[in-house]
Amino acid sequence: MAKKDNNKTWALSPAPESTSHIKLNKKYDLFIGGKFVAPKSKKYFKTINPANEEVLAEVAMANSADVDAAVKTARKAYNEVWSKLHPKERAKYIFRIARLLQERAREFAIIESMDGGKPIRESRDIDIPVAAAHFFYHAGWADKLEYAFPTKNPQPLGVVGQIIPWNFPLLMASWKIAPALAAGNTVVLKPAETTPLTALKLAELIRDAGVPDGVVNIITGAGETGKALVEHPDVDKIAFTGSTAVGKMIQRSLAGTSKKLTLELGGKAANIIFEDAAIDQAVEGIINGIFFNQGHVCCAGSRLFVQESVADQVIRRLEHRMESLIIGDPLDKNTDIGAINSKGQLETVNKYLELGRKEGFEMFQAGNDVPKKGFWCKPTLFKNVAQSSIISKEEIFGPVLVMQTFRTIDEVIDKANNTPYGLSAGVWTDKGSKIFNLTSRLKAGVVWANTFNKFDPTSPFGGYKESGFGREGGLQGLSAYVKFN
Amino acid sequence: MDIKMHQKPIDQVGVEERCARFKTRSIKTDAKVQGLKMALNMIDLTTLEGKDTPGKVRQLCYKAMHLHDEYPGLPTVAAVCVYPSMVESARKHLGNSGVKIASVATAFPAGQTDLEIKLADTKQAIEAGADEIDMVISRGKFHTGDYNFVFDEIAAIKEACGKKRLKVILETGELGDLDNVALASRIAIDAGADFIKTSTGKIQPAATMEVTLVMLEVIRDYYFETGKMIGMKPAGGISNSKLALHYLIMLKETLGDAWLTNEWFRFGASSLANDILKQLVKQTTGVYQSGNYFALD
Amino acid sequence: MKNSKTKTPVNTADLSINKTYKLFINGAFPRTESGRYVPIYNTAGDFIANICVGSRKDFRNAVVAARAAQQSWQDRSAYNKSQIVYRIAEMLDQKRDTFVKEMTDLGYTKAKAESEFKTAVDTVVYYAGWCDKYMQVFSNVNPVASSHFNFSIPEPTGVVATMAIKTSALLGLIQAIIPAICGGNTVVVLASDTYPTSAITFAEVLAISDVPAGIVNILTGNRDELKSHFASHMDVNALVVWDAEKAHALEMGNLAADSVKRVKFYESETLTDFNPYLIMDLQEIKTTWHPIQNITGSKAGY
Repeated sequence: MAKKDNNKTWALSPAPESTSHIKLNKKYDLFIGGKFVAPKSKKYFKTINPANEEVLAEVAMANSADVDAAVKTARKAYNEVWSKLHPKERAKYIFRIARLLQERAREFAIIESMDGGKPIRESRDIDIPVAAAHFFYHAGWADKLEYAFPTKNPQPLGVVGQIIPWNFPLLMASWKIAPALAAGNTVVLKPAETTPLTALKLAELIRDAGVPDGVVNIITGAGETGKALVEHPDVDKIAFTGSTAVGKMIQRSLAGTSKKLTLELGGKAANIIFEDAAIDQAVEGIINGIFFNQGHVCCAGSRLFVQESVADQVIRRLEHRMESLIIGDPLDKNTDIGAINSKGQLETVNKYLELGRKEGFEMFQAGNDVPKKGFWCKPTLFKNVAQSSIISKEEIFGPVLVMQTFRTIDEVIDKANNTPYGLSAGVWTDKGSKIFNLTSRLKAGVVWANTFNKFDPTSPFGGYKESGFGREGGLQGLSAYVKFN
Repeated sequence: MDIKMHQKPIDQVGVEERCARFKTRSIKTDAKVQGLKMALNMIDLTTLEGKDTPGKVRQLCYKAMHLHDEYPGLPTVAAVCVYPSMVESARKHLGNSGVKIASVATAFPAGQTDLEIKLADTKQAIEAGADEIDMVISRGKFHTGDYNFVFDEIAAIKEACGKKRLKVILETGELGDLDNVALASRIAIDAGADFIKTSTGKIQPAATMEVTLVMLEVIRDYYFETGKMIGMKPAGGISNSKLALHYLIMLKETLGDAWLTNEWFRFGASSLANDILKQLVKQTTGVYQSGNYFALD
Repeated sequence: MKNSKTKTPVNTADLSINKTYKLFINGAFPRTESGRYVPIYNTAGDFIANICVGSRKDFRNAVVAARAAQQSWQDRSAYNKSQIVYRIAEMLDQKRDTFVKEMTDLGYTKAKAESEFKTAVDTVVYYAGWCDKYMQVFSNVNPVASSHFNFSIPEPTGVVATMAIKTSALLGLIQAIIPAICGGNTVVVLASDTYPTSAITFAEVLAISDVPAGIVNILTGNRDELKSHFASHMDVNALVVWDAEKAHALEMGNLAADSVKRVKFYESETLTDFNPYLIMDLQEIKTTWHPIQNITGSKAGY
């Protein structure tokens, strides 16, 4: 844009969210049977703030004995208490969780940003409110399941094991726990290794809500903990959200058993801009699609397809918009792009950036200088990539967008579907009949037309192909947690 | 004039979401003081009432030049905005203060008369000493699809303005939807507008962040195509500082810092000034203020 | 409430501030414009309170309020509605003692009052959980033979005029009000004239539950006097009568036909029906079509 001749710019001053009111322990044990108990492993590990690499707390490392204790407790609670409770009373407990989460929302949002790196604006405005909404929505299903499955007399499965990722720690916990409880199951949940804190705060909240002991158990740990949970013989169902590679391991592990399984894995979603789109809003949709949560989103719109006739227009506006993204301290209210969740993830993203450069694609990066400590990646655009380039095929899971042009609807549908993934897709056109042509032909579990990255507890979410199977949310999401007599 | 070149689809929900995001920007300490002073300097202090008199205008002009003498280093407002019949009074009282005189014209606010009368109205204002003219477009003609008429009328008024800058009021509250706002914006710019302005302030809704964003994006489209800058003025309904700062954020992120002066952006407002003054004093004293301490004029 | 006949020594007197029972219209508590009242007495024959005898003008005002509030209530998200209805339960549960006392004063046994109160609270929670689900259960995408996207969804009918069941103090009122508003309608309800005090105390609960003004309007008065107005008002979309006397049913049915009102007569068995059909009875169904374009290549469609 035009430069001012007198060099006067208007820069935003720091606007830090106050953290004086949050309560974090120095050390957390495992939440089993309604209490925090020391791990039998006697081991703890640190969780850090990826924006400044400072230690936030120590959390317990659950070993297989701990996992066993948790599952046994969950089974006891199921047999003796939860399965005997009238569904309308189950509903009341879940409503309580929702209401308490609304009351403690700010504290949770701050801790989420500190532990995971996402901007406070997102944790405050999206993660925590949607998590509370998930509990609120599912609470009401507890005594209405017969309407979701008419004539089938739906019953709970029993004890469910749940493993969640680090990109939306509290939100993923709510997506797992809420429907499981509503359907009458008891839960053993393992949060991600780098983001255990909001799950542990949720444990405290669940205890404060008066939920009977052992109905929800939260065990922190790493890959081995998850493995022990998956392999435990007394778990009736496993729900996993995470990488496709681990998802396949779990699916192999469960082969031949009678355990039910749902998987929500990776993606490489196509975001398609037609010449007759509302271009300015489409550009915002591209931004939301890939830079929301630093691109740490399984359904991120990471493959941009722009109809060639408007490619220059779109790219110019996209780059202009990228320049106004602020990267920095997640606890600053103005931050748009927070920290990359971990050193490991940053190395992965940088590996792809290097690859993209080596593959010879034109790269555009925007944003201000990043802080010295912490893990950071500037929002990046690779232009005019090839369908066969690695950066176009593999999930990067960072703020990196690759872009191709296209000419016709058939061409872009073929390219959009030409991937082992199938989690989501985006379509931007002002023409209604064209929208429905595309949405009905794109092979993805969630199709966004003229919007992107929208989530609601009533709206089922999940993928086709290697993006996983099963749905979370909505009426369809309940089926993962019931069996029919 | 090729209408198809000027039409662009707008997604209303998308616009609302972008505006909601601007409102999450937190403007504190130095940024706040700088922004508030900038906003103050962008105000077209307005009186457009049937009961306006030279006495009223004299008081308004004094306020324009002496917003709050108790606070040193304050800028003046950008301009006063009055009816053509009041321009002479304003000229008398503003002297060399640098505060400009914007006059509405073209049978403001409805514009329901013919070109001859509108030209005469414009001429009267300019001869009385107006620096800027705020005209209204013919919304009725717009709604019959007679875009050429709308274009020609603006071009004629622009010619009558000579070197004086022309602001074209779209009256967005009557245009029906954001697609029409974008279309009207582009017609006005192509016909010679120096500024595009949202509203007369005489009907509801007046300025909103949504219509302003659409208009700013048309200005940006035009800049990308031609390299030429066009000014923008939201008018009516911006009465508190917080909202004014959100507008400035929107301006900054959509067009850039070059637009952050009163040469390219104005607020059509009256009570906004005192709210900004209260906020500035609160920033220095740390204490919430009362309207009793800021002169009403 | 202390009876004025009780002899109290002057220097230890601690008089209660007796509640005035008024109507509930547009979020406020006005007296009946007719100025008429009927006294009610407890089972011991003591005077409890004067109850307003609502007039047709009060009913008219209530319909105006309900109409003005209806579109914006309908437009609120289902999530927002469910939270507001849940808050009604939160506020209701705080007033257990008040309701139980009012019910026992008018003839309930303590056990029955407590049981009905508990059921009433549970019923509000039950319906709160329906607000954001009935659309999923009762909507559908229809596989039409032509290349169109076709979907059917329920939409609230609008303003509902209801005569609550006479034989219940609280549960009947809940069934008359809550399913209707969960579905996005607004309501004018005539309370039971046997148990009018609970109805007005329930209005107080609504007033502190973030329920916007005009969504629910509660009148006390006579069925006999008001039935023709409930049935004939041209700006009422649906008429619901619980336990209607046979002669009334005929008269009201005839009058309702003048504006093709949706008419529902519920018997007392329905009082303990907890299901979404009480919501769906007050919904219209809207079906929308939109073309799905086909070009060379695979056929598109749902």
